[in-house]
Amino acid sequence: MALKKKDLLGIDYLERAEIEEIISTAESFKEVSTRDIKKVPALRGRTIVNLFFEPSTRTRTSFELAAKRLSADIINISSSTSSVVKGETLLDTARNIEAMSSDMIIVRHSMSGAPIILARALKSSVINAGDGAHEHPSQALLDLFTIKERLGKVEGLNIAIIGDIAHSRVARSNILCLNKMGANVRICGPATLIPADIEKMGVKVYFRPEDAIDGADVVMMLRIQVERQKSGLFPGVREYSRFFGLNLERVRLAKEGVLIMHPGPINRGVEISPEVADGPYSVILDQVTNGVAVRMAIIYLLAEGRGTA
Amino acid sequence: MTLIIKGGRVIDPANGTDGIRDIYIEGDKIIQPPKTKKTSGAEVIDARGLIVAPGLIDMHCHLREPGFEYKEDIASGTRAAAAGGFTTVCCMPNTNPVNDSRPVAEFITGQAKKAGFCKVLPIGAITKGSMGTELAEIGEMAEAGCIGFSDDGKPVVNAEMMRHALEYAKTFDRTIISHCEEPALSAGGVMNEGAVSTRLGLRGIPAAAEEVMVARDISLARLAGARLHIAHVSTAGSVELIRRAKADGINVTAETCPHYFTLTDEGVMSYNTYLKVNPPLRTEADRKAIIEGLKDGTIDVIATDHAPHAASEKDVEFDLAPFGISGLETALALAMALAHSGLIPMAELLRKFTVNPAMALGMAPPSLLPGAPADIVLIDPETEKTVRPEILLSKGKNTAFSGLVLKGWPAATINEGKKIEFKL
Repeated sequence: MALKKKDLLGIDYLERAEIEEIISTAESFKEVSTRDIKKVPALRGRTIVNLFFEPSTRTRTSFELAAKRLSADIINISSSTSSVVKGETLLDTARNIEAMSSDMIIVRHSMSGAPIILARALKSSVINAGDGAHEHPSQALLDLFTIKERLGKVEGLNIAIIGDIAHSRVARSNILCLNKMGANVRICGPATLIPADIEKMGVKVYFRPEDAIDGADVVMMLRIQVERQKSGLFPGVREYSRFFGLNLERVRLAKEGVLIMHPGPINRGVEISPEVADGPYSVILDQVTNGVAVRMAIIYLLAEGRGTA
Repeated sequence: MTLIIKGGRVIDPANGTDGIRDIYIEGDKIIQPPKTKKTSGAEVIDARGLIVAPGLIDMHCHLREPGFEYKEDIASGTRAAAAGGFTTVCCMPNTNPVNDSRPVAEFITGQAKKAGFCKVLPIGAITKGSMGTELAEIGEMAEAGCIGFSDDGKPVVNAEMMRHALEYAKTFDRTIISHCEEPALSAGGVMNEGAVSTRLGLRGIPAAAEEVMVARDISLARLAGARLHIAHVSTAGSVELIRRAKADGINVTAETCPHYFTLTDEGVMSYNTYLKVNPPLRTEADRKAIIEGLKDGTIDVIATDHAPHAASEKDVEFDLAPFGISGLETALALAMALAHSGLIPMAELLRKFTVNPAMALGMAPPSLLPGAPADIVLIDPETEKTVRPEILLSKGKNTAFSGLVLKGWPAATINEGKKIEFKL
C-alpha cells in the first residue's frame, strides 16, 4: 500500500482511508524501534532534508530518527525566516536544496501555509512538520495512534482539547483528524483564545474545563505561551492556571481510565499540574515514542507512493 | 471634424441618454452633428454593437511612481488604465516620497502629460508623510491639481486630526477619502477573520476593524459638515452604516472594488497570495451586501484600488506577501457581470464609473454632449476573454482573476479626441 500523493501537508488534505493506512503502517513499524538493530533497509539511498525554519527539538529529532530507521540519508538544515532579510526567499532556499537531488523535504515554518507554497513549486515530496497556526499533521496522527493503541478505537469517543486553540496548529490538526475518525471533539479555553467560527470545524466550544472534561475519554492539554498575556489575551499565568489548568480535581470529572495527552513541551504547574503530567493516566511519553513509528510510516508511504521506496 | 463614432449605443448617464447615435469629434471636443452629410477627412469608427460612454474615471489607484517604479510607473499604469477604458485616474499618495507637497504633485501630473495615455489627478496626502501627526499643505496641493486627499494605505488614527482634515479640506472644496481601518484591530492580520482564517491558521482582520472607523468618520463628517468619501468598502456592516448616514443627510459617498463583489475569503483556502488584499476579501454575506449597496445607491462608485506588485514580492509566504491586486484592466469586465446578470442596469453601472466618482470629488460630471471633452470609451458588451497575467499591460501581473472568462471588455478608449493605441 502507499499514499497516492506527493506531499503530506495537513490532515485537511487526507481521506479517512489514508489516515487509517498511515496508522496501520505505523503499527508494524513500531516493532522496529524495539529491536536491537533498530533499522530496516526500506529507503536506502534516499535523501531526506529536515528543513527547519523554527526551533524544534522533539519533532526534528523524531523525523530524523524515523528517516534513519528507514535507512535514508537525512540532513538537518536549521534556517531562520530572517534569510528573507538576507535576500533569499523561501522558494530560493528550497530550490537550492532540491538542486542537490533531495527526494523529500520535511518543513517546519513559523508561517501558516509555507509548506503548501513549497510543495507547489518543488518536485520533492514535502512533509509539513508544523506551519504557523495551521497544521501539524504528524502530531495529530501520532495522537490518534496513541489513542487507538490505548483505547482500541476512536469512533464515538469524547475528546476535549483545552488551551490556546487560536494559536495552535496541534489543535487544528487534531480537530480535523479526530472528526474524520468519528470522535466528538470539544474545545475549551478563554474566549480570547478561541478562534472565530471554530464551530464550523465541527467542534463544541466550552469556556469551563469542568464542562469540557465531564465524561471525556481523552483530555488533550495545549501549551500556553506566557508571552500571549502581553497582548491582552489573558491576565496572567496564575489566573490562567486556576481557571484552565488541568489538576486532579478536574481529571476526576472525566471517564474512568481517561487518557491525558500533551504535545509538549509542557509547562509544569501552568496548564497541567505535575501530579497529572506524571500520573497514571498520562500518556505524554507514549506520544513521543509513537511519534517515531508514525513518522516512519508517513515517510515510507509517501516514498512508496512515488515508487522510490 | 476629425473623428466620428458611428452607430453605437450611446449611454450618457449625466443626461439620461441611452440610444443609437453618432458622436462627432473636432480636436479634443465633442461637437454638434454637422448639418451636411459630408464627413470627408474624418476618421470613422464603426461602433455598431458597441456601447459608447464617457471615458471611465478611477478615483482610486496606485501608480507607484515616484519610488516604486519596479512595480509600476506612471506611463505603464496610465497605459493599463486606457486599456481598461479609463480616461481619468486618481493616484493615491503612498509613493516615495509621499505625495504630500506641491513638487511631488507636479511631478506626477508632469509624468502623466508626457505619457499621454490618460489624465491623472493626484490624491494628495492628508498628513505630512502620511504619518498622521501634521496636516500636509492641502491648499497648495489643491492648487497644484490634487483632486482629493487621503492617507490611503494608512488610516488617520487620531480622530481630532481627521476632524481637522475634513474641516481644512472643506476650506478648499476638496473631499477627504478615508481608508477605514482601526490598526489596533487589524495589526498582523493578513485576511478576513472568520471560518477560513481559523481553518488556515492565518491572522484575521475582523470586519469590525473597518466598521468602527467608518462609524467614526461618519460622525466626524457630520461634525465638520464636510464631504467624506469612504474608500474600498468591504463589509456588510459598513454598507449599513453608510446607508444610514445617507438617510441622515450626511455628505458621504462610498466606493467598492470589483474584487469585493466578485470574490470571497473562501478563495484564500489555497494560500493564494494573489488574493491577499487590504481590506481583505470577506464572506459571501458581505459580497451580497456589497452588491445590494451598489444596487440601492449606497455605494456610489466602483474604483479599482489597482495595486500593482512585482511577482517576486507575491511569490512568498502568505504572511510576507504585500496586499494588493492589479485591477485597472479587469475592473470594467468584472463589473459588466453585474449588468449581464440583470443585477444593475447598464446605465447605472456606467454611472458608478463616470458621473458618481466625479461628483464624489466635486468635479463636473462627464458627458457626451456637444462641448464636452472628447473622453470616450467604446465597450464591446458581448466579447469574451480569459484573464491571464500575461495579457495585462500593467507591470503588476498580480491579478486575482487569472483563468476567469469575462464577458464585456473595452474596445477602444478615446482620450482628448485621440484614440489610444495600447498595443505594446
